[in-house]
Order: sequence, then C-alpha cells, then structure tokens
Amino acid sequence: MSAVPDTFFTVAPHWRWLIICYFFVGGIAGGCYMLALLADVFGDPGDRRLAHTGYYIAFAAIVLSGLLLTVDLGRPLRFWHMLVQSHTGWPMFKPWSPMSVGSWALLLFGAVSFLSFLAALEEAGQLRWRGLSLLRPPGTFGYIVGVVGGLLGFFVAGYTGVLLSATNRPIWADTWLLGLTFLVSAASISAALLVLVSYVTGWFSAGVYALKRFDAWALILELLVLAALVASLGAVARIWLSVWGAVLLAMVIIGIVAPLALHWRVVSAGRLTAPIAAVLVLIGGFLLRVVIVLSSEGVKPV
Amino acid sequence: MTEPMGFFTDTTVCIGCKACEVACKEWNQLPASAGGAPTLSGDSYDNTRRLDGLHWRHVRFVEQFSPDRRDGRWLLMSDVCKHCVQAGCLEVCPTGAIIRTEFDTVVIQSDTCNGCRDCIAACPFGVIGMNPVSGTAQKCTLCYDRLQAGLEPACSKACPTDSIVFGTIAELRQKAQARVGKLHAQGERRAYLYGADDRMLGGLNSFFLLVDKPEVYGLPPSPRLPTRNLMPSSLLSAAGALVLGLMGVINFRMRGANAEAREKELADERRA
Repeated sequence: MSAVPDTFFTVAPHWRWLIICYFFVGGIAGGCYMLALLADVFGDPGDRRLAHTGYYIAFAAIVLSGLLLTVDLGRPLRFWHMLVQSHTGWPMFKPWSPMSVGSWALLLFGAVSFLSFLAALEEAGQLRWRGLSLLRPPGTFGYIVGVVGGLLGFFVAGYTGVLLSATNRPIWADTWLLGLTFLVSAASISAALLVLVSYVTGWFSAGVYALKRFDAWALILELLVLAALVASLGAVARIWLSVWGAVLLAMVIIGIVAPLALHWRVVSAGRLTAPIAAVLVLIGGFLLRVVIVLSSEGVKPV
Repeated sequence: MTEPMGFFTDTTVCIGCKACEVACKEWNQLPASAGGAPTLSGDSYDNTRRLDGLHWRHVRFVEQFSPDRRDGRWLLMSDVCKHCVQAGCLEVCPTGAIIRTEFDTVVIQSDTCNGCRDCIAACPFGVIGMNPVSGTAQKCTLCYDRLQAGLEPACSKACPTDSIVFGTIAELRQKAQARVGKLHAQGERRAYLYGADDRMLGGLNSFFLLVDKPEVYGLPPSPRLPTRNLMPSSLLSAAGALVLGLMGVINFRMRGANAEAREKELADERRA
C-alpha cells in the first residue's frame, strides 16, 4: 500500500474541455507570436506577410484564451479578482503562483500582441495611421515591443504546463517536464498552423519553408521530450496503461510520426502533403493536451 | 495574533455518530446535497464518502474484515481540513481569497474566490471542493465566525466522545502525546500522531491520532507543497524556450535551403 504516490490522495479540480481548449489556443497564441517575431527579425523582407498572419492569429487566440478561462470560472464575473485585490483595490500578484503570474502574462501579452496586430494591419493597408509601423521591427521601439511580446509569448505557451506541475495531482505534479512539453508542442502546432494558412491562401515566402523545417525539428524535439516525460513519471506512468495510453500513442503516430513521414516525403499526398502534415500536427497537439489533462482528472482519490 | 488554534482528532474514541458532520452543516448552513435526493454509497454506512465543498467534515468508515468476516474492525475518523501551517491551497490561490487568520487557521473568503479551482488541485489532502450554490471553492473554516465570537467550532462542541478536541496547538499537542503514551501503556502500540509536529507541512493545525498507516485512512504518507516543482519546471521550460528560439533563428537564416525547398516543391508539383 505504501507504494501509492502521495498525489493519489488528492481530488481533481474539474479542469475539462474549456481548459484543454485554452491550453491549445493559448499555445497557438504564444507560439504564433514568437514565430512571427522570428520571421520579422530573422526572415526575408518577403516574410513580412507571414509575420502578419502570425500576429493576427496570436491576438485572436489570446482574446479567445481569456474568454475560455473566464467562462470556466465558477464565478466568471469575478475574473478581475486575479488581477486586483477585491478588498483593497491593490494589484493582486503572487510570483510563486503560476496562475497569478499567468493571469498577468495573459493581460500583458494581450496588450502587446494587440500593438503588433495593429502594426500588421497598418502594413497590410487595412489601417491608415502611419505611426503604427513604429510598433514593429525594424526600429528601436518596434524591437522593444517585439522582445517583450516574444518573451511573454514564450511564457504564455509554456506556463500552463508549469501550472499543472505546481499542484498535487497525479501525473501533473509527478514530473518537471510538462512546461517544456507544452512549450515544444506550442511551437510545433503554431508552425503547423502558419504553414497551413499559407497553403490554404496559396501565398508563399521563403519563411514558410523555414517554418516547415522548424516544425520537423520541433516534432523531433517533442518526441524526445515525451519519452523523457514518460520516463520521469516512473510508476505513475501506469495510469497510461489505459485508454489514455492508447490516445497518447495515437497522438504520437498521428501528430508526430505521420507528419515527419510526410515532411521527409517517406509518404506523399502530392500538393496536399504539407497541409495534411500541418493538420495532423494540430490534431496531435490537441490530443496531447486531452491526454495530459483528462488522464489525471480521471484519477479518483484513494 | 492570538495563539494558534486547531483540532486534535483522536480516532480511537470516534464512534461514527456523525454528530460533527451534522453540526457543521447546521452551523455553516450547508445543503445536504447539490440538488436532488442524497445518494447512498450502497457498500458502507459512510454515505458522505468524502470531503468537498458541501461536506466540511466527513466521518470516514474504514472497514477491515477478514475474507470470512470472522474477524474485523472498524476504524473511524472524522476528517477535516488540516489547516496546514504551510498550506498548498493558500500558496497557489491567485485571487488572495485564501487567507491565514489570526488563529493560524486557513480560510477561503467566499466573496473573493472566483472558482478557478487551483486550490482544489493543490491541496495535498483532497479537502477542498466546489460549492455549487456559491460557485466558489469551499472547505472547513474552523468556524472562523465562532472563533471570533469566543466560541468553539460546531463540530468539536457536538462531538459526544471528545474524539474531536479544540484548543491551542500547544495544549493539544501535549494532550495528544499523553494520549499516545496512555494507549501504548495499555498495549495499543500502533497508536501514533499524524501531523502533530513541524515536519509535516510545518505542522498540521488539525492533526490526528491513528492506529494504522495513513493511507488506510485516505491520508498521504508524506504530503508536500505544490510549489516544490515550480523552480525545476520553470528552468526546464526556459531552457526549452532558448532551444526553440535558436531553432527558429537557424531555420529562418537558412535562406538558401528555404529557396531550394520552394524550388523542389514547385518542381514536384509540376511533375505531379
């Protein structure tokens, strides 16, 4: 009996589909911003439009993230209690609570990604206010916005896994690798989404091919991290000797192995090869979050 | 701050009457169920089954019987929030709803909580649950309102066998040690205290006298704080961010290879 890990005596917080969707959409928000910034700073001049797409998606996704999180609360109208002490009016901030830091990161990232969103709209000719171009690299102020947004983007993409680990629930609190797993997955699904948008709209730049290769690298990294994650769980990984293990395996095949096979042209679907690979990566990223959240949610206390 | 207050629960004298559960519900105006008729467990006299947002006291019935049922015993324990000195729920609560009171107890302020449920996942004992009526996370307050009025908590007041004793922590620890000594002298060598010293989460302000392993009572053998994982988890993620950033820079900088990939794809398409 003493072999039962301490995390098995706790109860589930009922973080279900809204939270799973948030983990997915939030990962896309952070990941797309980071990739858009990389395209802006290190890509060709032709990649500016690719970066626009990234900024549009990042802003839309972070707004959706806030909505998902708010609706999931037991008292949604009190969402602001995460940011303001309701009794004193002072800011509410606990640097050691991932949810507290995450709430601030979402707010700030929302603000910064809105600036980048405006700048992208201006460059795309949708808005006519020339000052907006200052909000995006190149240019000192643009770099400042970009670096702040990029750092916040990385944070938003990865802190959710750290938040799960800073609990006492099975799997979540039994490993240190969930933050890293979610971060790497966020990078791979974001690259896949940007590649997909590019193929759907039929618009290409050199950066799209950079993203395809980046995605393949990220998928390999994700596979390594997942293997390390399973190993780090030790005996707790037995939870996955269930339907969840099957879903995880399906995730690895659908979301990592198959897209890599398509990327390396081991198998080919003609001109649909890249878009199919991208869709599979997105499905895999969603399944990964489903397994991690629901397999722990399902563990009843001893 | 007044002296730290808490409960000492001596499970050896609990008779499973559930007066504590009833007194708790009465005083705190908690409904019997979350709507609809209460359900029965069907395999035990324990129909409460566990602590949650509507059940802040739970008398756990541990039924230990031999397969032929000739021999057996009931272990009864009135379970409650442990009011940990180092409380995981208080640590993670992002709204500041969870506070430490002047009595060194841990209380969720229902008017501040927004129902994010982080505390539920963080509690090492699985004590906290959602109250569907308030839409907030709730648990035992150690009758904070009664304490402020100089009264003892409803459950310990109602306990007919003094299995639940309320008092200052210093006084309770002395009583508990004396009780363990007495039980040992009487031959019950299995008796020991769970959470009565500072080693377990800085001390549990609600601690227990048990006669079997903690896990038999549904208690974790070595409960820990949720933030134990914070630093290593964050550092590994930061390292990952660095690697991903570098991967991004390298891939966008491989301009020749990117142009080549585009050419190859166009050639493939033409062939197809």
